[in-house]
Amino acid sequence: MRKLIFLLVSFLIFTSTSLYSYSSNPKEFIVGLVEDAISKLSDKDLTDEEKSEFIEQIALENVDIKALGLYTLGELRKSTEKDKINDYQIAFEKYFLKSLTSRLKDYSASKFEVMSEDKKSSNYTIVNSKIIPEDGSPEIKIDWRIYTKNRDKPLIRDLIVEGLSLARTQREEFSSILSSNNNDIKALILKLTEFVAN
Amino acid sequence: MNSKKLKVFIVSTFFLLSIIELKASDECFEGFSRSVFKFNMALDDIVIEPIAKGYNKLPSPIKSGTSNFTSNISTLLSIPNSLLQGNLREFGNSVGSVLVNTTVGVLGFLNPAEKIGLKPHKEDVGQTLATYGIGSGCYFVLPVFGPTTVRDSIGLIADTFVDPFAHITLREKEILGISGNNLDYFTVKGTTAVDFRADNENNFKSLEKNSIDLYSSFKSIYLQDRDNKIRNSSENSQDDWGNLDN
Repeated sequence: MRKLIFLLVSFLIFTSTSLYSYSSNPKEFIVGLVEDAISKLSDKDLTDEEKSEFIEQIALENVDIKALGLYTLGELRKSTEKDKINDYQIAFEKYFLKSLTSRLKDYSASKFEVMSEDKKSSNYTIVNSKIIPEDGSPEIKIDWRIYTKNRDKPLIRDLIVEGLSLARTQREEFSSILSSNNNDIKALILKLTEFVAN
Repeated sequence: MNSKKLKVFIVSTFFLLSIIELKASDECFEGFSRSVFKFNMALDDIVIEPIAKGYNKLPSPIKSGTSNFTSNISTLLSIPNSLLQGNLREFGNSVGSVLVNTTVGVLGFLNPAEKIGLKPHKEDVGQTLATYGIGSGCYFVLPVFGPTTVRDSIGLIADTFVDPFAHITLREKEILGISGNNLDYFTVKGTTAVDFRADNENNFKSLEKNSIDLYSSFKSIYLQDRDNKIRNSSENSQDDWGNLDN
């Protein structure tokens, strides 16, 4: 009986933690993830809160938020003390999740198509896709930068929308804030915290 | 050339050459640009955004017809620029697209050229100067026109000299029996801007809502977009993730 309970509990833990895990093949990973996202976000029975929760969960499991945070910090990541980097990472994760939720909640009525993938190195594959809005507006080309160092668990590091890298845009935005504050990481952390609070 | 004019010419040339040496990420005069940016955003809130919102409420065939019409006219600028860049394939694409859309496409309101595979890249003098190896120079913001660089602002003025549409409207010359006036030019350019703004209504909203430094976001997007246009590619050129491992 104890063995059965243990198995049952293990199964529940496994199914709940791998709720949003997808294929380890970069192309199939993106197809599965986006199809899942579109079906959830266009579900009229889900409340905004449930949608936000879903987006946050899916991002925490499938986006390399830690690396994205370091990338957006630019060269400063090399010269900043570890504890300050940790404070920054905590603020960045909250900022990223809030901004992602806000961006994605309104986008739903679209068809999604993955066209191809381009293996750049053993660590990176770019998956090329397009979104075809149902309102007849022009299709949007989206490339996904997938980090494949761990072959069993690919992670998204960047989205390149019509040739515009979201990570690069974010990094240049942060760089401007840092340079106008004598490269003080605390000023950036404060800005991120203010954004999350508002 | 008298000595005073020569001095002005030499000083201006040295000034331009020195600022063209700067990278696009360098600011020419950030404080001033940020003020102009604020002015442009206010102008957008008061004038352009409400018009764009109204435009988005128009029936879809009217919107796509207007968009095709202004796009066909802007392709005229690509014809001399493709030629100046020595890109004969793009030159053929632009000429073919304008001819097909202006005739079969009922003055450009329809876009049959795209259906037969004629999808020319938009080219301007700024891009042509870049293909000649001229650097972008520093970045600044123009009132109404928005983000630009030294090279692109010179290109913006030069565009009005090589653009056949500007030739028949702004300069009131006749080409193939067609002529126009200033009002035609500014109406078409204004409509192009509204069409672009309306197409990107959600993107603007999202950017405004999620940005912690909107000025820098616009700058980054502008510079990435120009880089892609110069390379005629929609792939981002910068790959600087390589050494970032967890």
